[in-house]
Amino acid sequence: MTFMKKNKLIKLYKALLQIRVVELAIAKSYKDQKMRCPIHLSIGQESIPVAVSSNLTSKDEIVTAHRSHAHYIAKGGSIKSMICELYGKNNGCAKGLGGSMHLIDLKAGVTAAVPIVGSTIPIGVGKAWAKKLDKNNNIVVIYFGDGATEEGVFFESLDFASLHDLRVLFVCENNNFSVYSPLKNRQNSKRSITSISRAIGIKSVKFKDHNILKLSKFFNQSIKFIKKNSKPMLVEINTFRDLEHCGPNNDNNLGYRSVNYIKKWKLLDQVSFLENYLKKNNMINEKNIKLIYLTLQNELEKIFKFADRSKYPNKKSLGKYIYAK
Amino acid sequence: MQSKKFFFYEAIKKITLRNIKRNKKVLLMGLGIDDPKGVFGTTLKIHKKFRNQVFDMPTAENSMTGFALGLATSGFKPIIVHQRVEFSLLSIEQIFNQISKWHFMSGGKVSVPLVIRLIVGKGWGQGPQHSQSLETIFSHIPGLKVVAPTSPDNAYWLLNESIKDSNPIIFFEHRWLHNTYGEIKKINNYKIGKSIIEKRGNDITLISFSYSIIECIKASDFLKKNYKINCEILNLLTLKPLDKNKIIQISKKNKKILIIDNGMTEYGISSEIFTIISENNRNNFIQRIGVLNAPIPSTVSLAKYYYPEAYNIAKKVLKMFKIKERGNLNKLLRINPDQPDKSFNGPF
Repeated sequence: MTFMKKNKLIKLYKALLQIRVVELAIAKSYKDQKMRCPIHLSIGQESIPVAVSSNLTSKDEIVTAHRSHAHYIAKGGSIKSMICELYGKNNGCAKGLGGSMHLIDLKAGVTAAVPIVGSTIPIGVGKAWAKKLDKNNNIVVIYFGDGATEEGVFFESLDFASLHDLRVLFVCENNNFSVYSPLKNRQNSKRSITSISRAIGIKSVKFKDHNILKLSKFFNQSIKFIKKNSKPMLVEINTFRDLEHCGPNNDNNLGYRSVNYIKKWKLLDQVSFLENYLKKNNMINEKNIKLIYLTLQNELEKIFKFADRSKYPNKKSLGKYIYAK
Repeated sequence: MQSKKFFFYEAIKKITLRNIKRNKKVLLMGLGIDDPKGVFGTTLKIHKKFRNQVFDMPTAENSMTGFALGLATSGFKPIIVHQRVEFSLLSIEQIFNQISKWHFMSGGKVSVPLVIRLIVGKGWGQGPQHSQSLETIFSHIPGLKVVAPTSPDNAYWLLNESIKDSNPIIFFEHRWLHNTYGEIKKINNYKIGKSIIEKRGNDITLISFSYSIIECIKASDFLKKNYKINCEILNLLTLKPLDKNKIIQISKKNKKILIIDNGMTEYGISSEIFTIISENNRNNFIQRIGVLNAPIPSTVSLAKYYYPEAYNIAKKVLKMFKIKERGNLNKLLRINPDQPDKSFNGPF
């Protein structure tokens, strides 16, 4: 197993738990009908953005898609602004005009999230092109799912990033489902995302699961490689969406995923994995864990109350942001 | 002050070059942008001096538009050029979902200053997919600005305004305007969102835009000479945001109004203007003409039926005045209905 320093491991654990706690709180409060927008929760997929972002600076940018909460939080996006956005409030990260599917925090380097599958892939490449023209060696991380690799823009964007040697990290989170449509209905069993990408001239790596330790180590090296060599890279990681595609509930009763499949992935849950790993190596004890959890929980309760008390945007906001001045 | 004369295509090139020279952040991109034809001369040889600002692109319109959005939100000013409107339809996702909405859906945090130049084809058998006039569909989307100049002076100054603007601009150029000729004034008289009165007249008002203005002027000269009818002509220049105040104001002058649409009549720009006038002024007698609601035929034999030209405009005006034509209307017919003039021999 990968060897990492205690501090770094605890940091990773806190980052994983932070996302988990936020997502569970959203799922729990959703029934109050105060967050009146579609939500695509990241529970089960937290380790990928945590591993990526632990190797980025705030000047590196990310662009993402509909399931973006974990990406946003891992990159340091303000949780307060995010929850206010979900509540549709004026002090939300997009002034309540975007909702869960349009999270943004420019200071933290969360450039955009949009729900049209594949749509941010070329936009992220454009951002990386701008950096290259500006002789800036920061990178752009583009998160997308297995479904997005079926879109034309995926191929077009890989081609351009490869052609112009752009500093892009393409991260494909393959959770095997596009809503309810399994990969086998959508892609030939011989089709390989990394082979496609390699054929376009991009160094590509595939992970069969989302182990936080392996991923952190890998991204540490790959991000250095991208920055140093000005080359794009693609990483595909098999992962698991715990809850339903859209909404706060578990939908295992629908039977579109086998019991064995769910069981296998539940055993690979990375919050539990890292917690056990830290305990086993005497880096953390039950008391520490409880303290970390309660601290996160307390902060979050305050944020939810704050969001609830905050004001809705007024009618003027409708006309105010159609055109820039 | 002396003003020099230029072709429309030269006006586009001149102002593009001026902006590229002045600002390193202005980028020009599109398929064939640096090829030996230089997009009908409008971008010819610009790349020779400004290699780092002019980019020939892969045949990938949707991604190209996404790249431009990435650039525009990173401090650049991209100008995308498509040699025909129809190619931009591959990028509608980026235009309608992304670039038009990023300012709004970020709560004003980002803006998207970019220009997309779209060229409308006509004649020489261009047919169903190389000559559509789709100004309407772009004008339907909040967040976009749609500009459609007629003269070299319009084109020069309005493209300059478009490059200066902080918003996404769809800039329509009619292919039959590229080889028209006119002076470029030293001072800018235009603003995005403002129409201009091309001609004053007390009998009827013609409202139009882009190439159709040329046909309006032809019809108007004919009507004045032969029937003593004086037409006022309003050139919209910007289709979104529409110059509503001017349209309402001008509709109070002449009772009769004829709207000439460059595109299809149904659900078109003309429908919008018709509505604005009738909602605000009940005393007008308004009519409209536009291209037929059919795909555009390639064959030369059908071209004359398809487009509203000076002949159709004059005929409609006479009908609105209940004046019988005196058999001289045929003078307005084109000898070859698929050519603007003898110099245009295609190929596209």
